[in-house]
Amino acid sequence: MNFDLTTAMFGLAGGILIGLSAALLLLANGRIAGISGITGSLVALKLPAAWTESLLFLSGLVAAPAIYALIISPPAIIITTSVPLLIAGGVLVGIGSRLGSGCTSGHGVCGVSRLSKRSILATLTFMAVAIAVVTVSRHLIAA
Amino acid sequence: MRKFIALLAGLIFGLGMVVSDMINPARVLGFLDLFGGAWDPTLGFVMGGAVLVMAVAWLLADTRQTPIYGGDMPGAASSIIDRKLIGGAAIFGLGWGLVGLCPGPALAGLLIGGTPVLIFIAAMISGMALLKMVSRG
Repeated sequence: MNFDLTTAMFGLAGGILIGLSAALLLLANGRIAGISGITGSLVALKLPAAWTESLLFLSGLVAAPAIYALIISPPAIIITTSVPLLIAGGVLVGIGSRLGSGCTSGHGVCGVSRLSKRSILATLTFMAVAIAVVTVSRHLIAA
Repeated sequence: MRKFIALLAGLIFGLGMVVSDMINPARVLGFLDLFGGAWDPTLGFVMGGAVLVMAVAWLLADTRQTPIYGGDMPGAASSIIDRKLIGGAAIFGLGWGLVGLCPGPALAGLLIGGTPVLIFIAAMISGMALLKMVSRG
């Protein structure tokens, strides 16, 4: 195991921020902070009623890391995946998150925290599959 | 006010992505690489922190009829377990494991992640659009 206390505490702090964001959106606006759901609702010919709110939420999500990069320091974003696999991964994430009605935020955070059976099962499924993909690609195919 | 809240929540979410380092796919893949001998548990701390805060929020939500700034609270969670849910989650996990990016971290990296993030987001939105077209028949 590769455990670093500082990294873990920053992880916890960042997680608390994500939770506070989702809590704010729920209690103030009655909306669930599922990124795939919010993004998917804007990928439509006919926009939903609250599309400006969705667009503003996503704008904040996009802007905050850029502001952080300007003021503090640009975070490392390390991607070594080849272009064909990047495209395949993106398409699969897009299709899967909409078909399964949620992603890491919608099911993993918002659903699991209300003990939704659907979300717990979805989270266990995508975690297990993703762990299997990494295990196979890093240690079986690459080896 | 609702629009301001939406923007503020988005900003806090994006900050959380950077602080937790979930914006970095290498960190996420380190968590998913459970059997590689150098497992990185960070994502577990992120999910733990977020779920704990949200669990309190759901308890508070139960005490309210409506959200603070109007509209409706989300309904009770559906309990339908079907092939769409499990199949969708499995397809999502496949893509997530290939790259280490899911929708939140991908969008968080839109302006600072360079070409790979842009390619991933374009593909992800195409996937969402494709599914929408197919499911309309």
